[in-house]
Amino acid sequence: MSFINYMAREINCKLVYYGPGLCGKTTNLQYIYERTNPDAKGKMISLATETERTLFFDFLPLSLGEIRGFKTRFHLYTVPGQVFYDASRKLILKGVDGVVFVADSQEERTEANLESVENLRTNLAEQGYSLDKLPYVIQYNKRDLPNATSVEELREMLNPTNVPEFEAVARTGVGVFDTLKAVAKLVLTELKKGSGG
Amino acid sequence: MVSPQMVMYEEEFNLIQAVVDRLVRDANAKVVFIVDKNGQLIAASGDIDHVDTTSLASLTAGNIAATGGMAKVLKENEFATQFHEGEKANIHIQLVGNRVILVVIFDSRSSLGLVRLRVKKASEELNHVFESLLAKGQEPGSDSPFAEITDEDIDNLFND
Repeated sequence: MSFINYMAREINCKLVYYGPGLCGKTTNLQYIYERTNPDAKGKMISLATETERTLFFDFLPLSLGEIRGFKTRFHLYTVPGQVFYDASRKLILKGVDGVVFVADSQEERTEANLESVENLRTNLAEQGYSLDKLPYVIQYNKRDLPNATSVEELREMLNPTNVPEFEAVARTGVGVFDTLKAVAKLVLTELKKGSGG
Repeated sequence: MVSPQMVMYEEEFNLIQAVVDRLVRDANAKVVFIVDKNGQLIAASGDIDHVDTTSLASLTAGNIAATGGMAKVLKENEFATQFHEGEKANIHIQLVGNRVILVVIFDSRSSLGLVRLRVKKASEELNHVFESLLAKGQEPGSDSPFAEITDEDIDNLFND
């Protein structure tokens, strides 16, 4: 749910990075945080376990610039990927404006990817959202690893509706900003549509 | 879309800001702010230059969401009030109308009793304002500023 503030002339949107455990959601946010101008970002918050696994969420506020005198602000969240944190994932999806699904390209993570995308669809449906109607992009992460599945195979499994997709190596930043820009653009386009323009 | 967009207009913003400003004084608080349940900061007052309100806003919403999750497990409707006591700072969190969250940060110059008393009154006032704001958003012809933007405007945002 976007929040339009006429007083502050601001529009705020919520983006959620979803995906199986250890697929690189937090790494995406960390890279964005490192490479963003200090005046365009707030503090990044990570609620993680002692072993640096996401426990509740990561949060990064970003401002992208102005559209017609309105500052556009995006709040980026990640969910905990591990299967047993499902209750937390549901909470973080509340009020979402756009979703990035980060897939782990490694062959042995095929099942985890499928399970996670199914989980995303179910959790959204529980809140009355449909994944097919939300601004949604897919990122195939870890393309640099030798055991990566081909993009064609990943597409067939994870992207039946042909949403925008990006190959990435989040650790070095490949594809990270392309993914972010694509989903942010879809969200703004949706806002424009939603207002009947 | 399931959840309607929240739109803040000048009139309601001024009413909300007045409640928040008054609460800082009446409760002897350091900082008072209002967040929606999705973590968007709506209004803030007090010593806000020394507090990262954006971070606090998202953490507060996460906290309320988690507490709401616990309530559900226990078949409670909601735990509307939370209080965290620190060595120097204390934080009082109140759910208002199941829609927004009123947060008061205070130190030893105030007390939990005073804060609770003042929060109760402020909550009622805020509830009225948010109800009318919600009604306004559902009136026909309430245009969003985004009705006018073009694809080109959106593209320009990403040309760097």
